[in-house]
Amino acid sequence: MLRKVSFTLNGKPVQLTVDDERMLLWVLRYDLGLTGTRFGCGEGLCGACTVIVDKDAVRSCSTPIKDVAGKRVLTIEGLSRNGDLHPLQQAFLKVNAFQCGYCTSGMIMNAYALLLRKPRPTRAEIVRAMDDNLCRCGSHVRILEAIETAAAATAGGAR
Amino acid sequence: MSDATSLNRRDFIVSLAGSGLVVLFRADPLFPFQEPGRLPARPSYPGDFNAYLRIGADGRTMCFVGKVELGQGSKTALAQLCAEELDVAYETVDMVMGDTEVCPWDMGTFGSLTVRQFGPVLRAAVAEARAVLLKLASEKLQVPVDRLAVKDGVVTDTGNRTRSVTYAKLVQGKRIERHLEGVPVKQVTEYTVVGKSVARKDALEKVTGRAKYAADMQFPGTLHARIVRPPAHGATLKEVETGPAERITGVRVVRDRDLVAVLHERPDVAQQARALVTASFDIPVAAVNDTTIFDHLVKAAPESRVIAESGNLQEGMRVASSVFDGTYLNSYVSHAAVETHSAIARIQDGKVTVWVSTQAPFIVKTQVAEGAGFPPDNVRVITPYVGAGFGGKTGAMQAVEAARLAKITGTPVQVVWDRAEEFFFDTFRPAAVVRIQSGLSSANKICFWDYKVYCAGEREAKQFYDAPNQRTASSGGWQGQQPPGLHPFGVGPWRAPSVNTNTFARESHVDIMAAEAGVDPVAFRVSNLSDQRMLRVLSAATDRFGWTPKRAPSGRGVGVACAIYLGTYVAACAEVEVDKATGHVQVRRVVLAQDEGVIVNPEGSRQQMEGGITMGLGYALTEEVRFSGGEVLTKNFDTYEIPRFSWVPKIEAVLIENPGVPASGCGEPPIVCMGAVIANAIFDAVGARLTQLPMNPARIKAALKT
Repeated sequence: MLRKVSFTLNGKPVQLTVDDERMLLWVLRYDLGLTGTRFGCGEGLCGACTVIVDKDAVRSCSTPIKDVAGKRVLTIEGLSRNGDLHPLQQAFLKVNAFQCGYCTSGMIMNAYALLLRKPRPTRAEIVRAMDDNLCRCGSHVRILEAIETAAAATAGGAR
Repeated sequence: MSDATSLNRRDFIVSLAGSGLVVLFRADPLFPFQEPGRLPARPSYPGDFNAYLRIGADGRTMCFVGKVELGQGSKTALAQLCAEELDVAYETVDMVMGDTEVCPWDMGTFGSLTVRQFGPVLRAAVAEARAVLLKLASEKLQVPVDRLAVKDGVVTDTGNRTRSVTYAKLVQGKRIERHLEGVPVKQVTEYTVVGKSVARKDALEKVTGRAKYAADMQFPGTLHARIVRPPAHGATLKEVETGPAERITGVRVVRDRDLVAVLHERPDVAQQARALVTASFDIPVAAVNDTTIFDHLVKAAPESRVIAESGNLQEGMRVASSVFDGTYLNSYVSHAAVETHSAIARIQDGKVTVWVSTQAPFIVKTQVAEGAGFPPDNVRVITPYVGAGFGGKTGAMQAVEAARLAKITGTPVQVVWDRAEEFFFDTFRPAAVVRIQSGLSSANKICFWDYKVYCAGEREAKQFYDAPNQRTASSGGWQGQQPPGLHPFGVGPWRAPSVNTNTFARESHVDIMAAEAGVDPVAFRVSNLSDQRMLRVLSAATDRFGWTPKRAPSGRGVGVACAIYLGTYVAACAEVEVDKATGHVQVRRVVLAQDEGVIVNPEGSRQQMEGGITMGLGYALTEEVRFSGGEVLTKNFDTYEIPRFSWVPKIEAVLIENPGVPASGCGEPPIVCMGAVIANAIFDAVGARLTQLPMNPARIKAALKT
């Protein structure tokens, strides 16, 4: 159904008139031009499209836009503040926790939700939280290291 | 491109034009796709160094290469080579990659050839440029060349250090017209940038989401196409009803011969509209499936070719005290990169530009010219970042589709395959069969080795253990073209083509012999090896692993495997845990030692090794394409399981210093041992020998019963 949907996107208010059954991923990428959120599988199986809605990591390819009405949406583009990288981004950069980079946005956003929920996760908790985000290049060990590094850097105070 | 020049490609070209750069243009040789291993040592790269670099008035160096960045770190490694030979700071080198209009020809980014084969070409070109610059500096400063020293692009008179001139000043943004012949490249001992771990050139863009992939290029008026696909390979379209789709506002349907596409300015709307199209096809009867394929391959494979032979097999059999027969199978596996095949085509003034996720922009240029009807000069292929390839993005049918549709609609058209299309059109690693007969002497030496591989290809099939009487034969290659119908769908190169199959077979079989002989698998290998480089790599791996000799199965769950991949030596040790009730395997630890000759970037090499080990868990344990005839039943990641965080073992990558050997590849070799090392560790754990990949729970449980 075509209707007005308002939400907060990366800290700024957005109002769109859209078919509210459309998936958030396509609205972000093609209506709003935020291409940092990637398409991978279209069925919520790979996590490349992960964004934050309020405090939770969601699969934007499978989240109708009506579900984010009135909520706060955070994408990879909204993570750095005043040009400063988020500690997760700094950690991914520092330990080279990526190769092709295609899954990286989703990895960082999923880890962001984890650190919100659990600022000092154990290795086992990180593995469990990240297990449904797929990386084909095999950067897994470095991604785990990056999340631990970021958790330590924020000393329990993730933004 | 680095941050300082993070323009998009369009802006980039404009700025080049504005700076008066004379882009060297060269007629593109239309090379058919060839197996990289069979190419001459120096394919036709341009001889003029201006094709590879340009020194800007701002002192930065642009390095132009036909290679692409797939995640393997080529952007970083090639910038290191360029900085090294030119004597400029690594941070001041900006890479321009995979653009057929401004970059020198290259066959493609595969086969771990970037550093091994293209590296020397680039180094030679840059070394010549440096020599010319020194000559210009000597004229400018009026001192002989041998009195000059260069650092960070500044040439200084060593006799009077107050006198210096920068490259930027010498060149003044112009093309260098002078040339010199026979300029040597630097010696390994002179390296200051190569051999160091440097910051990746692609890091900032990738962690901020700013990195652009082909699907991220957006132009006003772009239509997104969803194409009507057959349910099976070999199916032909009978009837198609597009009426309901066309009734959606803004939808456009194009029918051009075999191509039926639904287009809309929003990809998701195009996707919905495609779902409303009903089409009927003639589908050939399914002749093979994922179970019967192996018998089919052995029957249908072409005549075999002996690729290596020495001694006399009959003689070897005569002296054998025990004989071993083994058959090893592996299924079709998919590349399954997270980025699907993507392209966007835009036509301006009769000239088409296509942004493509590809490993081979110059091959795609030819494909687009032929497939969409453009003169080759009117096709430009630009390769942004690629969301991994592993051999699956050499061809680019999606680019041809986008160009055809752009031509018909008169608008830019984007084609991004969905996951089911990705699995359907993937050129899988071929299913394959290896048969080995071998013998051991009473002294536990391999006295004969008779090896035949069907459909995987001959790369590294030849035995490297000592076997006085041996023969290696290969029937059918990994490209799979002959005979037609051998495979029910496309097959092609998959990270380290042929060698995953050949290593799984060889190293499993060697392990079987060791176990039968009652000898520790490492000791058995050592006593049958005289290749010193292999012995060194093997001992590096076993030392780090802390291997203690014991005959298998020891119950410890440890395994070993060795391989050579196009000049790179690898040895792996693994420790696994097998749940006998469920058949589940957890790999606890992997140590991989690698000798790749000169190491350009140790950090980059370690990333490739970790990546290879992790990716290799998949083909070893779970990855298998299910199909019935030409119908691919595997459609998404729920039924095609690739490695996850919870699978990942403790990984130790051991890089072996071997500066006396030129740099060979590092991206493919680390994956090749994974099938065998896990199979051998499973055997050591529970005494069950798995001879078919993947070693999924059902197969493990079945093996435990026998």
